[in-house]
Amino acid sequence: MSNIRLENITRRFGEIVALDDVSLTVQDGEFFVLLGPTGAGKTTTLRVIAGLEKQNAGHVIFDAHSMDDAQPADRDVAFVFQQYSLYPNMSVYDNLAFPLRSPLRKTPEAEIKQRVTDAAEKLRINHLLERKTARLSGGEMQRVSIGRAIVRSPRVFLMDEPLSNLDAKLRESLRVELKHIQKVQHSTTVFVTHDQIEALTMADRIGVLDRGKLLQVGTPQDIYDRPATTFVAQLVGTPRINLLRTARNNGALNISHSDLTLSAGHENLPNDLLLGVRPEDVRLVNDGQFEGVITLIEPLGVETIVHIRNGEQTLLSTIAGNVQVRIGEAVRFNVVPDRIHYFDIDGKRI
Amino acid sequence: MSQATTGAAAPQVTPYRAAGRRHLSDRQILLLFILPTMILLICMNLIPLIYSLFLSFTEYSVISGTPPAWVGLDNYTQILTSADFWANFATTGRFAILSVVLETAVGFGLALLLRYKFRGSGIITTLILVPMMLSPIVVATFWKLIFNPSYGIFNYLIGFTNPNTAPEWLGRSDLAMWAIVIVDTWMWSPFVMLLCLAGLSAIPDYLYEAASIDRASAWFQFRRITLPQVMPLLLIAVLFRTIEAFKQFDLVMGLTGGGLGTETVSVRLYRLAFQGQFDTGMSSALAYIILVVIIAISNLLIRALNRVREG
Repeated sequence: MSNIRLENITRRFGEIVALDDVSLTVQDGEFFVLLGPTGAGKTTTLRVIAGLEKQNAGHVIFDAHSMDDAQPADRDVAFVFQQYSLYPNMSVYDNLAFPLRSPLRKTPEAEIKQRVTDAAEKLRINHLLERKTARLSGGEMQRVSIGRAIVRSPRVFLMDEPLSNLDAKLRESLRVELKHIQKVQHSTTVFVTHDQIEALTMADRIGVLDRGKLLQVGTPQDIYDRPATTFVAQLVGTPRINLLRTARNNGALNISHSDLTLSAGHENLPNDLLLGVRPEDVRLVNDGQFEGVITLIEPLGVETIVHIRNGEQTLLSTIAGNVQVRIGEAVRFNVVPDRIHYFDIDGKRI
Repeated sequence: MSQATTGAAAPQVTPYRAAGRRHLSDRQILLLFILPTMILLICMNLIPLIYSLFLSFTEYSVISGTPPAWVGLDNYTQILTSADFWANFATTGRFAILSVVLETAVGFGLALLLRYKFRGSGIITTLILVPMMLSPIVVATFWKLIFNPSYGIFNYLIGFTNPNTAPEWLGRSDLAMWAIVIVDTWMWSPFVMLLCLAGLSAIPDYLYEAASIDRASAWFQFRRITLPQVMPLLLIAVLFRTIEAFKQFDLVMGLTGGGLGTETVSVRLYRLAFQGQFDTGMSSALAYIILVVIIAISNLLIRALNRVREG
């Protein structure tokens, strides 16, 4: 295992800049998640680390060794592709043994058997070893391709949305298994996903990418509690954060198109700004400071999402459990003052 | 259609009937489409097929004017015990093996070369495909010129610059077969290439990427990824080419006329049926033997194909 450093990586495809001056460090044994929407450059970052893609500028460094000129085979990485990249016409066993059987590696057959059985046990696919890959379900295939990565001990695991083609239940259970295996093996892992829940639940640290730029790197808590931009704030958390256009009037903050007024909890605020309020920080209380009308209720069982209208603004509020409110009902609510996020008009955190 | 209902009477349900006077049912439309083809096929294919099966058990000539005389299995015994006919089969087999092996090798090789796009690869692919679009008689006619020992370009290209010592491809019994094989390969390798290209383009890149990360050697990648993935289409190409090779007629007729040890069964069949005595009974029997052989070979190949597909 080793740590990985990307220094000022830029990768262009013709006119398109897929990665724009990206620098990041993944520590030894860390579970690092790259989060971002489609086309953000997550997969490209992974492919640059693996050597499948060559950067136009910048350096890839493993443990103080430059990997810029190293071929994928020489980088000693394991890659789990989004499309279960199993070798067809081969049994599960042969697929798992494939990386060990490489003529460049020369692993004795007894050890191969040992390692394949170990990996299969970890992923609970030992009953499938003799089966041909064409006769596997999606979840089984992805387990095999993860297995093919863990049979050897690479310097780093690179996983490109390995769970996104699976159904929700399976995704949840594999998520837990992956995290468990990673912790037990203490393996350095870079995991790409567009699913914020995957990112928040699995990551030691998250890097948020958008349009080739790295916006923020931090622990899941950092990302959730102190989003660097409105983009990051909106990317994590469901339902989405409430973003409210606000004007400062001395010590008072007037949320536009509404009669909501707060006192500025922050000095040096610009005259024009955006307020971010997480839905769980909008709380329905009988003697609340603000009033509004309920326009929509989404009961989810564990929680209920309530849409509250004041003026032309609609705030989302999540309330634990089922709540007894009706559409059209007038309610009072509070906003937790020290949980308010302030962004300037360009979306940067203040 | 509508009915006025009064009071609390339950609304009457009337079956939906399309407006218009006369409508064809789905089945009638089906028959309308299929019947013309069926009738044509029965008249042009099925009846002659059955009639020729009957004729193969008789002694008969279409030009004699006498009715067919039943001889039982005589025609078949005669063909299968005659060294002459066996020679025709051997010639056909030799031709089929040589041409199919060469076409597969050349076609697959070309496909590997043209697999990745490069400047001009489109036009090159199209040009390579031209031979298979030509009529075999046209091909045979101009290859006769190409092979010509005094002014043909073929000998010159392979290094025989003196017309007096250059080999006469279509005039020597040891070379005539090769000449036909060369022309057939020239004409039909593109077909194999086309199918292989389709197979190659269907192989996803990530398999090779996974293999390169897994440190697989180039040979390993070829043997474990490329070959197994192309195999089904390659076998289809081989199947088609084998059947065609077994029926080889026009190139042989055009190049050698079936002389110099190049008389394939199809050529022999043609001579038997439409030259000299017009031995219709015997030629029907030979046609059926060829049919059985082709079905047998096809079945072997299809079985191999299914095995490959199942993986």
